[in-house]
Amino acid sequence: MSLDLNTVWFALVGILLTGYAILDGFDLGVGALHLFTKTDTERRLMINSIGPVWDGNEVWLVTGGGALFAAFPEVYATAFSGFYLAMMMLLFALIFRAVAIEFRSKRENKRWRQAWDVGFSVASILGSFLVGVALGNVAWGIPLDERFVFAGSFLSLLNPYALLVGVTTVALFMMHGSIYVVMKTEGELQKKIQGWINNTIIFFIICYAITTMATLLYIPHMAVNIRANPWLFVVPLLNMLAIANIPREIHHRRYFRAFLSSCASLAAMLMLFGINMYPNLILSNPIAENSLTIYNAASSQNTLEIMGIIALIGMPVVLGYTTAVYWIFRGKVKLDAHSY
Amino acid sequence: MDDPVLLSRIQFALTIAFHYIFPPLSIGLGLFLVISEGIYIKTRNKLWESITRFWVKVFGLIFALGVASGIVMEFQFGTNWAVYSRYVGDVFGSALAAEGIFAFFLESGFLAILLFGWEKVKPGVHFLATILVALGAHFSAIWIVVANSWQQTPAGSHIVETATGFRAEITDFWAMVFNPSSLDRISHVYMGCWQAGAFFVLSVAAWYLLRKKHRDFAVGSIKIAVGIAVVASLLQLASGHSSATTVSETQPAKLAAFEGHYDEFGPADLYLFGWVDEENEEVLGLEIPGMLSWMLYQDSEAPVTGLKAFPEEDRPPVNIVFQAYHAMVGIGMALIAISLITLVMVLRKKLWSLRWLQWVLVLSVLLPQAANQLGWITAEVGRQPWIVYGLLRTKDGVSESVTSGEVWASLVMFGLIYALLFVLFVFLLNEKIKHGPAQVERATEGGKA
Repeated sequence: MSLDLNTVWFALVGILLTGYAILDGFDLGVGALHLFTKTDTERRLMINSIGPVWDGNEVWLVTGGGALFAAFPEVYATAFSGFYLAMMMLLFALIFRAVAIEFRSKRENKRWRQAWDVGFSVASILGSFLVGVALGNVAWGIPLDERFVFAGSFLSLLNPYALLVGVTTVALFMMHGSIYVVMKTEGELQKKIQGWINNTIIFFIICYAITTMATLLYIPHMAVNIRANPWLFVVPLLNMLAIANIPREIHHRRYFRAFLSSCASLAAMLMLFGINMYPNLILSNPIAENSLTIYNAASSQNTLEIMGIIALIGMPVVLGYTTAVYWIFRGKVKLDAHSY
Repeated sequence: MDDPVLLSRIQFALTIAFHYIFPPLSIGLGLFLVISEGIYIKTRNKLWESITRFWVKVFGLIFALGVASGIVMEFQFGTNWAVYSRYVGDVFGSALAAEGIFAFFLESGFLAILLFGWEKVKPGVHFLATILVALGAHFSAIWIVVANSWQQTPAGSHIVETATGFRAEITDFWAMVFNPSSLDRISHVYMGCWQAGAFFVLSVAAWYLLRKKHRDFAVGSIKIAVGIAVVASLLQLASGHSSATTVSETQPAKLAAFEGHYDEFGPADLYLFGWVDEENEEVLGLEIPGMLSWMLYQDSEAPVTGLKAFPEEDRPPVNIVFQAYHAMVGIGMALIAISLITLVMVLRKKLWSLRWLQWVLVLSVLLPQAANQLGWITAEVGRQPWIVYGLLRTKDGVSESVTSGEVWASLVMFGLIYALLFVLFVFLLNEKIKHGPAQVERATEGGKA
């Protein structure tokens, strides 16, 4: 591994998508858990816990997509057109999630609110699931021709491994989201969700274990880099420690630290994914030579450099004010006149 | 109908037309909010606080629909226009990525404070957030228009052969950003957005005047909005003229289509209205002879390159462009008249009792919306048959792996979902307007309690 511009952009796109998974991950998780709460007040608390931030969190996906388009246009074109119907479903899910949050509170009517509750929750689950399915296919490999055009069908994308990764992603976000809500709420609702956390953790760990086994058994290429560089084993190790730390922090009611642990495990998981993909971006299966890599899929060196400068100027500022916004909205969520 | 190119074009047109209802409103309202909250910060007058708070709520609703429909746009290049994406990613993708980093994060981050931060931060900090949201909205327009302008007038890039075919690569970033049409088109888009926001406010406020409700609120809102409307409408005239001059230099086939000018070497007329008979290559209508030549070169005899100078396969659809362009210009003139009359009546303190003008203002909200849509139809249909002017044809840009059946499915879904969202948007907006600003004041007290 040499540190060239292509590798830097591999890392940058990875960071943007990890940012998306960590931040919008808890939004989607809150949405996935939404229907388990019953009263209107509880549901409002759920939505308002992510109210001020979900929109900014989604921008990580928008910018990640833009960065992929700019740095690795072949991947952007191949993946988005190849996963056409899945992408469309993801878009519909994101549309419904956005408008459900905004529309729900606009009327007192019970039916109205119930309808948007379902929309919000189903869209969140579907969105998480589809992101996982896409990830699963990228790792398993999809049929690409010699010009990197997708040569499979929509149904071929719904293979067992991809579906498994999809379910695992839903479980992961549910765990992440439940920890987030516990941190942001108090009283009855907090107690209630505290009761769910262990279930979400167990659900996730079972899914994660099966996915790991399936990965090692069926797509051993996803472990080659780690096998070649044993010191990288520290990443899965940290991942395990972070996951194991979550129940401990929950038990001691240190919710913020539990949430940080959850963030860390998400980051470690995606780093593991990135390490094992490198230098590939989309694996071609069965013809491995047609895989898209950070070299054959990249924009020109000149553009990677320009975009690097833009990221270098822009991202620290973004991180700065994003932190400030989170700081302003720190603490337990309270319903007031401005709430959803 | 199973042509994936046509279907993907229809889908793009539908989704961008729906999306473009909202960003101009957030950009225009963003400017309005900066002014109204600025006055509040300066005077500490509760009226301006209530004006700002009401329009912030409306802003939130519009913003949500802009976000929901906007994410579709960013993904659709890859889903439906994969060949195009491979061809332009190096250049066009860079502008989109810059938009995310410099504009969207800013806008969405500070939106949280704008909407939910009233009680959490000091008024000055809230005002700063309002400014940054408005700036973010304006920045995002810059990068989108830069990307689109590069499609219209490619510059700062060259064509390179790669393993999978040809593609455009950046040679000079700033030449790409400031390509020949960028500045004209950004200013044209900005003024269109300011008009959209200003007439939106005027419409709602005039409705309150007609209903004799929330008078102080309405008067205050109108005072700001009419100022923006007058400035934007007059500047739009200058910007439109400058834009057309640039088009004549950079995209002569498009300019010829504006006026249905076929004659290869002759001077060009300006039509007040007309109908293009594309088969016989003539226009039926009322023209001012030589006027287009005069507007471009201050000489009514000056030759203007006509459509006959281009092979038929390089010409845009003429009548659509002609009609969209003329309707846009007509609306632009009407907006100047309406805004000036309103300004005079406001200054003479007569608007508050002029019911006919109040009605005109209520309906006027539709005009900038229509002009914005027509302007984009003029620009984008006028660019045809090219997806990147002179370099790549639209029919060659579509995704190869996507079938017409798949595009049908998504197109029908978008049609249904957007129809539903539009109805709900109008319904909720209407409810919000019916509740009015008073409710905002009451709610505020409730929130503090």
